[in-house]
Amino acid sequence: MATKKLNLKDKYRLLTRDLDWEFSYQDRKEAFPYEEFEGIKITDWSKWEDPFRLTMDSYWKYQAEKEKKLYAILDAFSQNNGQTNISDPRYVNALKIFLTGVSPLEYQAYQGFAQTGREFGGIGARVACQMQSIDELRHVQTQIHAMSHYNKFFDGFQEFSHQHDRIWYLSVPKSFFNDARAAGPFEFMVAIGFSFEYVLTNLLFVPFMSGAAYNGDMATVTFGFSAQSDEARHMTLGLEVIKFLLEQHEDNVPIVQKWIDKWFWRGTRLLTIVAMMMDYMLPNKVMSWKEAWEVYFEEAGGALFKDLARYGIRMPKYAETIEKEKEHISHQAWWTFYTHGHATGFHTWVPSDEELDWLSEKYPDTFDKYYRPRWEMAKEMEAKGERFYTKALPQLCTVCQIPMLFTEMDDPTQTCYRSSDYEENKYHFCSDGCKDIFDDEPEKYVQSWLPVHQIFQGNCGGPDVEDILRDYYRINVGTDNMDMKGSPDELRWKEWKGTA
Amino acid sequence: MPVHAITPNYSGEVKDRVENFHGNQVVYVGWDKHLMFCAPFAFPLPPDMPFRVLLETVMPDPFCVHPEWEKIDWSQVNWLLDGKPFMPQLDVALQDQGVGHKSVVRFQTPELLGFHNAGV
Repeated sequence: MATKKLNLKDKYRLLTRDLDWEFSYQDRKEAFPYEEFEGIKITDWSKWEDPFRLTMDSYWKYQAEKEKKLYAILDAFSQNNGQTNISDPRYVNALKIFLTGVSPLEYQAYQGFAQTGREFGGIGARVACQMQSIDELRHVQTQIHAMSHYNKFFDGFQEFSHQHDRIWYLSVPKSFFNDARAAGPFEFMVAIGFSFEYVLTNLLFVPFMSGAAYNGDMATVTFGFSAQSDEARHMTLGLEVIKFLLEQHEDNVPIVQKWIDKWFWRGTRLLTIVAMMMDYMLPNKVMSWKEAWEVYFEEAGGALFKDLARYGIRMPKYAETIEKEKEHISHQAWWTFYTHGHATGFHTWVPSDEELDWLSEKYPDTFDKYYRPRWEMAKEMEAKGERFYTKALPQLCTVCQIPMLFTEMDDPTQTCYRSSDYEENKYHFCSDGCKDIFDDEPEKYVQSWLPVHQIFQGNCGGPDVEDILRDYYRINVGTDNMDMKGSPDELRWKEWKGTA
Repeated sequence: MPVHAITPNYSGEVKDRVENFHGNQVVYVGWDKHLMFCAPFAFPLPPDMPFRVLLETVMPDPFCVHPEWEKIDWSQVNWLLDGKPFMPQLDVALQDQGVGHKSVVRFQTPELLGFHNAGV
């Protein structure tokens, strides 16, 4: 007997919209208690347009096929000792940051979309969030698998999950996602679905995956390809959310604008680490951070915001500041990590002369004037056998939790100080953007878990920095941290290449 | 509204209240236009510490590595406390001259322009 096959339209209806039901004896508001407190007004969930008409059965089929291909390539990479074919062992340090800083965010995204997928009253949005949730779980798993091979040959990968919750610079990505997940479901979607996945994700994934390709890391390239079709779906969902909210009620416009302003700012602060990776950590460079910002934000993002203007949405606040920052932030960030290289779970180094010249060429207006002198100083100190490691702990921004390393954009030699007084306490910020976010919701950010203050409070072991690094962070002191020069990673590489 | 929460009158735990620092207060110190130090430093200090101890014992340890540290003429330094001009009294306790919990102390040395005159 032939099996009856549903046509696509019926299948789609039955497996998505038809999964919902009418509430006959319960109040619908009690079933979806988080839908109203943010002030967003939804008048008709049926107007939700599913951005990808994907049903669960086809979803499993597509994903299974992608997994099969991915794991075949990962196996081949490991059997052929792919780690010996990368450009230079310095490259692997970018992967260490990715595994400790970004992969755990995929896990947080999985949790966040699962929660949001429960909280929306509309079935179309719920199903879309559920699929994204499963995607994100797949991403964290495939990233761990792809990088587990490097863990056998390089230091600094072994405690990524433990470290994500503790190390000072990892509180930056962790708190970013905690902030989004502690918001209501609509802010979460504007934060992660729209601002991050739609507007900024290309700045994370394209440089990372092209960086991997340029540096011979086929494992990461393959993971990237495998995630790419998921990312396309996530971007479409992010855009649909924005359009849906803006079309539902005009009162939603100012709320959505405020969230775009906030999350665009927080997102660009988070991407500082990608800027630094592109300009300083990739031995074979793809393009400068400044160029990436121009292509993926100024051109692509500019077109998007032109499109959203018809809803009354304007460019994110401080977009002009960010335009100036593209000349500076990668240099300011790598200098911070270089000078704190004793307290990082990866290696740092002074760029080679060739790389310094590349930076001068890519940043003709700023590099020689403001940043080359720092590296000249570092080189002089290193030559005297006094490699510079800073000796005290830095002041942090209460909102983004990044050390106060950013400068005034009109005077790049002057640290940018901002502060607010709230209920008899002072709070400090790296920028107007972060200060605005605090001032809007101080009760949220008085709770910031600032690593430097936590150390002073005695919550991270100690008493010495080395005790904290070893026991609380689980950094293998002397192996995972310090300069690339003379590191066990470098020595092993030289042995493989017969240049030891 | 100090927070957009579903819980009425939600208030957050102030993680960095001075009581949590075991008798210390946090003081931040920054040397303007000397970005060899990527950010201002944070120090946990007793509120009754005289300013002289901060200047002569606490600050040199991280700052002295800068080639210009030795050249500072302290009588010519401009000080800022929480963004306002400030004249430290060396033998007065921090708390008795307004240097409180999470205060920012900045010092400016206009005649010293940093390594290679680049603000480094």
